[in-house]
Amino acid sequence: MAVEYSWPKKADAKVLGTEHDRLDGAAKATGAAKYTYDHTPAKLLFARGLGCPHGHCRILDIDVTAAEKAPGVVHVHVLQKPRVGDDGKPIQPEIEWEGELLAIVAAETEAAAAEGVAKIKVDFEPLDVFVDDEDLEAAEKAKRTSKGGGKVQLEKEPGDDEDEDEFAEKEVNRLLGEAKHVVEGYYGIRPITHCCLEPHGSVCAWDGDKLDVHLSTQNVSGTDEQFANALKVAAGDVHVQCQYIGGGFGSKFAADYWGIACAEIAKATGRPVRLMLTRDQELKLGGNRPSGYLKVKLGADENGVVTVWDSQHWGTGGARGGVVGHGVIPYVYRPKNYRRVATAIKTNCAPSRAWRAPDHPQACAISQTAYDDLARVMGADSLDIFRKNLANIESNQKAEVYAAEMDIAAKLMDWKAKWHPHGKGPAKGSVVEGLGMAIHTWQGVAGNSNCMLRVHPDGSVESFCGTQDLGTGTRTVCAMVLAETFGIPVESVKVNIGSSKYPESGPSGGSTTVGGVSESHRRAGQEALAKLAEIVAKKLEIDAATVVARNGRVGSKDDDAKTMSWKEACSLLGHKALEVTASFRRGAEGTPLSGAGVGGVQMAHVAVDRETGVVRMKKFVAVQDMGLIINRKLAESQVHGAMIMGIAYALFEERITDPETGQFLNAELADYKLPRLGDIGELVVELYEPESERARGVIGLGEPPVIGPGAAISNAVCNALGVRVPVLPLTPKRVLDALAKAKA
Amino acid sequence: MKRITGDAPSGRVASGFSRREFLRGSGAAAAATALVGAGEVAAGAQDADKGDGVARGKITVVLDVNGAKHEVQAEPRTTLLDALRNQLHLTGAKPVSTDPSSGAATVLVDGKPACAASMLVLQAAGKKIQTVESLGGTKLDPVPAAFVSADAEQCGFCTPGFVVAVRAFLNEHPKATDDEIRSGLNGNICRCGTYANIIRAIAIVRGG
Repeated sequence: MAVEYSWPKKADAKVLGTEHDRLDGAAKATGAAKYTYDHTPAKLLFARGLGCPHGHCRILDIDVTAAEKAPGVVHVHVLQKPRVGDDGKPIQPEIEWEGELLAIVAAETEAAAAEGVAKIKVDFEPLDVFVDDEDLEAAEKAKRTSKGGGKVQLEKEPGDDEDEDEFAEKEVNRLLGEAKHVVEGYYGIRPITHCCLEPHGSVCAWDGDKLDVHLSTQNVSGTDEQFANALKVAAGDVHVQCQYIGGGFGSKFAADYWGIACAEIAKATGRPVRLMLTRDQELKLGGNRPSGYLKVKLGADENGVVTVWDSQHWGTGGARGGVVGHGVIPYVYRPKNYRRVATAIKTNCAPSRAWRAPDHPQACAISQTAYDDLARVMGADSLDIFRKNLANIESNQKAEVYAAEMDIAAKLMDWKAKWHPHGKGPAKGSVVEGLGMAIHTWQGVAGNSNCMLRVHPDGSVESFCGTQDLGTGTRTVCAMVLAETFGIPVESVKVNIGSSKYPESGPSGGSTTVGGVSESHRRAGQEALAKLAEIVAKKLEIDAATVVARNGRVGSKDDDAKTMSWKEACSLLGHKALEVTASFRRGAEGTPLSGAGVGGVQMAHVAVDRETGVVRMKKFVAVQDMGLIINRKLAESQVHGAMIMGIAYALFEERITDPETGQFLNAELADYKLPRLGDIGELVVELYEPESERARGVIGLGEPPVIGPGAAISNAVCNALGVRVPVLPLTPKRVLDALAKAKA
Repeated sequence: MKRITGDAPSGRVASGFSRREFLRGSGAAAAATALVGAGEVAAGAQDADKGDGVARGKITVVLDVNGAKHEVQAEPRTTLLDALRNQLHLTGAKPVSTDPSSGAATVLVDGKPACAASMLVLQAAGKKIQTVESLGGTKLDPVPAAFVSADAEQCGFCTPGFVVAVRAFLNEHPKATDDEIRSGLNGNICRCGTYANIIRAIAIVRGG
């Protein structure tokens, strides 16, 4: 009989939805958890890369003679070697961003590797540098732009003989002319980095032709083949492991060329090698998020419903171009008439990488600020405007859910009592306060995942899955799903993850992991239980269809006398473990275990000092739906973390690049400003899980709550000051500049 | 064509601050040397001691870590963090930044919080060093226990540094107010955003 996959009802769930402690919590809190950076096998060589000091240059020569002679240096691996081509002409590598690794030194100690790096001599030919991503005109003049796509959507259609572009121009202008309220706005958000606290890197060791890699990765099952392909060995001969990873945020999907080089150096020296990026290299190379700047004219009717949106936006994803996709503009809200166009700018900065909810935080920050400016221009309550415009949205979530979440958020924020029109609040000395909000959406569909499960005759349960734990609590989630399924304690399930030798599981990106592993583990669990049920039913002489596993017992769901302990039931397996492998493929239709599409509402309360320009968080409310909650405590942690990362990019962090040299000027933690414990104010999280949402199954939660903070906080600052500070992060200087400009 | 030739600007050496500056200050000329105070180097500084108080080359230093004595091989430039992690395999303290700006390498030195990434082994010799590992084992210290129950950790890379910093803070301020907690622990960085739960964890240990 085919097993029907399902989750227990909320009232029946014993483990799901509870606040179970993270299973590896103590290991992490006492230093016992071993990260890639912590692996120090015997005879380890310490490797360090030499980063290019120029934003744009050609490499004429690399001389490693002195480096090779440095005490303790064992091997120097040149990555960007100038050479002579077959035609006799010199081939000199062109480097397009600062920090790109040119060579790697492996030595007996970290200090010796650093000394070796310092002794490498490089001849550079500097080339023109372009890094200004905010000045679109200058970028066009410098021929650094490319089309990023766009779309025109109008209620009226052009006549047969009309030129479409001309019609659109006329129609947009007509709509703007007829609008009761018009907002002309400019908004921006600067590039930021992933800034993983554990930098990218690996420890590589060979045993004959077999390669063992400890890799700081959010893609355990996908990186073994990357190493194998690059090193021309069989994929089965590469073993990638990652038990713990010190941050990824979308930047650690690849083996990366420095990972391949680490393996090559290990091969060349016959010794294990550890190569981790240095802090400045991590910020320069480890990943960054594209910037976004947007100019818009929007028109609205007398009720504040936006009738027309006309925007162009631009930004940079670094040296490979790239820009926030036009498809997410304006964000969530989608008026009946709009014209949007995107332009990508190529700069001499490292290529961007996926950053938690790619494109969404920027899109939200540069477009929902315009919706708030509509409230400002009208002297209306922002909540009112955000609510009314739910009439026109394009989202993964329904308008009713947003409306319900707005009500909850407003109550938690005490919005009604605290609200004042923009710039009209009371001042305490030079400090004014304000409220702002934003809404967001994400798909969060479950990713591919396979789970191999063993139920042993002694009652122990172990699972194997090639997934990883970014910090979400993947191990705990897997154990909870199996514990719920078998009616046994969470601690009694041994979860094995973090190895490419385990059944394949998808990369942890796009909020796909908890959905994916919940699918594979629940499926495996239910399949195993069905098999066990048959054996138990036979022994107890009951119908297998009536067998349930709960409270540590297996047997009749109606008659307690016809049950046995979990251990007893497993002992019926004989001498062999029951082994089940279950598979979930992303996008499987009609699965009752996972769903897709969430929304969320965030409200920020800030205090701004008009004299110093300092913005302080007072209170920040997030209401978030995510389908079925596996672990309430871990889910709340995800939302907290996203809110704080949001505070970081809203108020503190940005990559600052020297326009002359292309150098990343603040690529150390002393200079790359991040919020500290005292900077976050009061955070309030409400997980919205009515039966209608829970019934959709598990949906990813990692990305969505990180989307709204930029717009919510910017809107709160605007509400406090009555003046828009256009570009994030809202540093004291930008606040003071905006105030000065408004005065002038 | 403009050409630039010279030492590749690698930025910083492993010890995190400019070794050149340090040496200039000490007046030593050789690359791997540092001034040592009498009695700091506990053992085997054979090729180090020329009677001028300058340590040279690789020497054996005895470190008092978590109540036990350990011999480590150190050059004058070797940081405490490097020795703890790469020789004693005490990897709780993390190499997040070379200066103390992240707090991830926080250990207790004679009971006071210190940054193991910017302290030399020679400076640590003769002092009582306590790492996060001393708060674990069979009897979990209340601070890491509270980090678990408050879920004050995500990726966990900053967590050991935070745990030690919180332990030190509460040793000094067992009755810290909420405001003191929020202003007293700004030396550590968490990227995943666990601050709210760290505040909760501290409140659990403090009580009330």
